[in-house]
Amino acid sequence: MNGPGRLIVTAPPPRGRYGEFGGSFVPETVVPALQELETAAVEALSDPLFLAEFYGLEAGYAGRPTPLHHARRLSERAGRPVWLKREDLLHTGAHKLNNALGQLLLAKRMGKHRIVAETGAGQHGLATATACALLGMECVVYMGREDMRRQAVNVAKMELLGARVEPVGDPAATLKDATSEAIRYWVTNVRDTHYVIGSVVGPHPYPWLVRTLQSVIGSEARAQMLELAGRLPEVVVASVGGGSNAIGIFAAFLPDTEVQLLGVEAGGRGPQPGAHGASLGLGTPGVLHGSRSYILQDPDGQVLPTHSISAGLDYPGVGPEHANLMATRRASYTALDDRQALEAFHLTTRLEGIIPALESSHAVAAALRLPAAGGPILVCLSGRGDKDLETVLGWESA
Amino acid sequence: MSSAGDAIRAALPSSDGEPRVCPYLMAGFPEPGATADLLLAAEAGGGAVIEVGIPHSDPLADGPTIQAAGRLALSRGMTSRLALNQVAQARSRGLRVPVVVMTYLNPVAQFGLEEFCQAAVAAGVDGVLVPDLPLEEMDGLGRATSRAGLALCTMVAPTTPEARLALAATRASGFVYCVSRTGVTGAGEPTEGAGLLERVRALSDRPLVLGFGVRLRSQVVSLAGLADGVAVGSRIVEAAGGDAPAAAVRDVVAELCGR
Repeated sequence: MNGPGRLIVTAPPPRGRYGEFGGSFVPETVVPALQELETAAVEALSDPLFLAEFYGLEAGYAGRPTPLHHARRLSERAGRPVWLKREDLLHTGAHKLNNALGQLLLAKRMGKHRIVAETGAGQHGLATATACALLGMECVVYMGREDMRRQAVNVAKMELLGARVEPVGDPAATLKDATSEAIRYWVTNVRDTHYVIGSVVGPHPYPWLVRTLQSVIGSEARAQMLELAGRLPEVVVASVGGGSNAIGIFAAFLPDTEVQLLGVEAGGRGPQPGAHGASLGLGTPGVLHGSRSYILQDPDGQVLPTHSISAGLDYPGVGPEHANLMATRRASYTALDDRQALEAFHLTTRLEGIIPALESSHAVAAALRLPAAGGPILVCLSGRGDKDLETVLGWESA
Repeated sequence: MSSAGDAIRAALPSSDGEPRVCPYLMAGFPEPGATADLLLAAEAGGGAVIEVGIPHSDPLADGPTIQAAGRLALSRGMTSRLALNQVAQARSRGLRVPVVVMTYLNPVAQFGLEEFCQAAVAAGVDGVLVPDLPLEEMDGLGRATSRAGLALCTMVAPTTPEARLALAATRASGFVYCVSRTGVTGAGEPTEGAGLLERVRALSDRPLVLGFGVRLRSQVVSLAGLADGVAVGSRIVEAAGGDAPAAAVRDVVAELCGR
């Protein structure tokens, strides 16, 4: 295919609602900024000049379109065709750059000169720091201390790119705490700072905005399936932490009701509280980081700790559109544990010569567990696994 | 007939004099059973309205001091219900000043909006303030508070445009909490407070409480004629975290009141 896929631009949902989920539950200080952001985003996404600049960077800088790879040896293992959407080949090694580039262009247009972001695995922080270097903007990234330890290479890269990486919380702090701290920084510096949230979570308009920017994945993958496989996939599989790569690829297939959508959460060490990140599978409705969705919480409404071998899925909430896709049964969600993800990590590496991110490994693991007979499976290979080598080797020597 | 907010309005009369001091306590800090004592101590020091924070795991509007106090309270088993019990205990021991509970949406939502408001009133709470519940989303809590006879307090910030200031004033049956600067609770001068207070005053006859970054008697004095109340949080929480918390809280409140 020629050039990057097109964004699927929809009107923002009224009051940010996806069924009973979504909304905007944040301190008053940033409410006007969110309203301003929605207005600016709607204008930008209907401006051909803005879109041309975005597509230009996606093609010439980020490397879109990313390939669709027919994974023949994984297909043999699955008993049916498996296709991998290669977001791991995007510049900086994951789908996160789509969102960072789009939001930074928007921030520039809004006259904000400083950027704040949170990061878990480091991929969103890295994408944001990269886009800030490209566009000449100041960058602050909040990251949990535990994640800084797990993802030391990404921390070093962000600093090389000129970002200031701020450690968050106690030694166990992860993405949830980094997100809270990034929001606090934004509340304090809202007049000249844009907050680039990394997933389809947070207060409206972020779930809608990030979905729109990531929908490039789905529109490309859908066209490539028709071109290369000659048909739509029977199932689309993607990992879900906050859920941006999943929404991005699902978005193009929502109208194709015959296509099943399967999201894969982190099963971690098991279903006991604190041992996983399966917000949709094991959580209950609640409000976290400004939107109502499924969250992992105790009966008093306090958010629980999480665990996953994959830092990007180690989060107690999930995007509100996913909550609604589950409620309306348009998508289904499952969880696979650390061991199953690790097994898929090795299989993808040995059978396809692709080292996948541990996040994406969850999606591959789920694809390999689908019934052996059936039509093609499209897997979003959301990122590459270089960042995870230390985790994988450490896990296996433990 | 009395209505929700009467006690709060009576405790924060408008005047040209200096504003009344509204101390903030984190429920369950430093111990789950300490809050009733501290409520009485804050009243003894001269607190006009006392804010009681119910701890939350993800307090987006709070700075390091109140975050840490909330984390400790949760780790020691504090819950919404236990926090309300502490207020009830203080009432049974003679606490007279109005109490406003300040917490985040999720603990209240999990408790149930109606149930929470009923339980709060039964415990002797006068009002509620939920910083992450924006004005546009207040219908549910507005109904629940008015059915229970609980005053609803609203929050405005220096970034709030005029139309929303008016909405905040209309929504409030208790006070309007004016955030003194962009930011979270704790350190940082309340640099934008006076301007905001003047803007809200022009639109509202509700009591105005200024908060965020106030920790000194001189700041209280400087707000004379502008604010009806001044919320002091982190400084009081620091006092509660030291030795002899009740005496320390009473003394800090008294100092802020100029006693």
